[in-house]
Amino acid sequence: MKFIEEQLKKVGQLFEKGKPLEKLYPLYEALDTFLLTPGKTAPKAPFVRDAADLKRVMSFVVLALVPATLFGIYNTGYQIELAKGLAHSFWGAMAAGAWKVIPIIVVSYAAGGLWEVLFAVTRKHEINEGFLVTGILFALTLPPTIPLWQVAVGISFGVVFGKEIFGGTGMNVFNPALVARAFLFFAYPAQISGSTAWVAVDGYTRATPLAVAAAAPKGTSVVQALADAGYNFNNMFYGFIPGSIGETSALACLVGLAFLLVTRVASWRVVVSCVLGLLAMSGIFYFLKGTDRLAFFALPPYWHLVMGGFAFGAVFMATDPVSAAATNTGRWIYGFLIGVLTVLIRVVNPAYPEGTMLAILFMNAFAPLIDYFVVENHIKRRVRVKS
Amino acid sequence: MGEALLSSKNQKILKDGFWDTNPITFQILGICSALAVTTQLKTALVMSLGLTFVTAGSNVVISLIRNFIPSQIRIIVQLTVVSALVISIDQILRAYMFDVSKQLSVFVGLIITNCIVMGRLEAFAMGNPPWKSFLDGLANGAGYSAVLIIIGIIREIFGSGTLLGYHVIPASVYAQGYVNNGMMVLAPGAFFLLGIIVWIQRSISGYKES
Repeated sequence: MKFIEEQLKKVGQLFEKGKPLEKLYPLYEALDTFLLTPGKTAPKAPFVRDAADLKRVMSFVVLALVPATLFGIYNTGYQIELAKGLAHSFWGAMAAGAWKVIPIIVVSYAAGGLWEVLFAVTRKHEINEGFLVTGILFALTLPPTIPLWQVAVGISFGVVFGKEIFGGTGMNVFNPALVARAFLFFAYPAQISGSTAWVAVDGYTRATPLAVAAAAPKGTSVVQALADAGYNFNNMFYGFIPGSIGETSALACLVGLAFLLVTRVASWRVVVSCVLGLLAMSGIFYFLKGTDRLAFFALPPYWHLVMGGFAFGAVFMATDPVSAAATNTGRWIYGFLIGVLTVLIRVVNPAYPEGTMLAILFMNAFAPLIDYFVVENHIKRRVRVKS
Repeated sequence: MGEALLSSKNQKILKDGFWDTNPITFQILGICSALAVTTQLKTALVMSLGLTFVTAGSNVVISLIRNFIPSQIRIIVQLTVVSALVISIDQILRAYMFDVSKQLSVFVGLIITNCIVMGRLEAFAMGNPPWKSFLDGLANGAGYSAVLIIIGIIREIFGSGTLLGYHVIPASVYAQGYVNNGMMVLAPGAFFLLGIIVWIQRSISGYKES
């Protein structure tokens, strides 16, 4: 530790004002504060500087994503083995998965990081660790077959249009990782939807559970249709199914959620209300089920929790403190509507099999409005009590 | 009079309309048509020519009769002149370029309500002589055209891989796994491009939010 500190100090002199590398100071600062606790303390007495600054908070999110990432790598390899009919071996699956997933993550970090550094240097501010989260979140929402150049295009769009044009970390209206994914979804739909994208074997097609459920004809049992396609509640919960890299396992997301809640990074209100909204809307559909209605209506509501990207979105995307609602009442409304919209898009919108991404982006746009009314309402009540 | 045709004052009129107060990037006018007709360069070009013709033409006409228009009914008079010009363009397009006319659909007719045209009439032609008004209309039309053409080129190349209908992205690139960007043929694609152009233009021209 001492050694690192001394070396950094030595190199750091090169980046000070008037020295040759002054322009690249943000790069040095990022490395310095990433390795060591920043030495800054509050200058005046009544203030305390929490050790959990932006950097630590963001690192916690990255840590929380570790289970989903590792499982995503394993599952990508496992699905390849299944598709090719190979014998199953844990390390074989990990290796095959890593071969597909690691390049996606690396490209995501490299391309996005380039923009991040470019903006930090021109705007003369620090490189924000928010990007560490965006880079991995984005990679985990992609199918394992995604072409690498599309990863680069997507993350570039997400960082510049999702974040930097609003002024950088903390100013963004939308979750940058989701903006990046939405861009790819609309720009190159063939590579990120349909039934060929989800298993990294050329020419292999297998529909995702949501696509199967949406395609079940009227009057048939949706659970049976899922079972025929090889999907049941258990394997969807554990995540041994094709899908985007990091989102197949609801279990891995739950582990991440536990960590985020213990470290108080994520708001439990958002997560709980997302789940409530999802159950409420799918409950209504379940109540309305009948032979002349879509077969999807008859899916048991709790199944929605483990299908598609809902668990991943609710835990890691909806809880993003920047783009979510900031008042407690607002968080309940915001999360609840995400759940409701997710089910609405999944079940009754034939154009999009999955609704989590669009639901969260949509509610991101409304979060400031929700907060506004919550605060207004609060002020009104206070005034009434006083008079 | 006695002023040279392109005196420094007149040059400033040209520069203002084209660059410093560009109708799209500075005044944020005419956005609707800029989004709607720019999926291909061809339609963008025709629309640009049409709008430039109407802006310059109506500016001259209104400027000629500006001292005889009762100010209470000036908008109606302006609209009449603009409509006459737009209808003649529409008829010419239908007669000679029917396919383009069909692609542009209502957007030629909607030039009548284009804010740039009315804006220049109200802000410039009502108070300036014909030649200056003509230059002003021309410059604003050109400023609008420049943005439309840039967006048209980018959208057609990345959205369809063509330019004016000719394939410009070689098949070997597609064989490498390249695919056309579906976002570019949708209106949001134009929105993002427009945003980038406004961003670049304003940082170069030193625009300050008032």
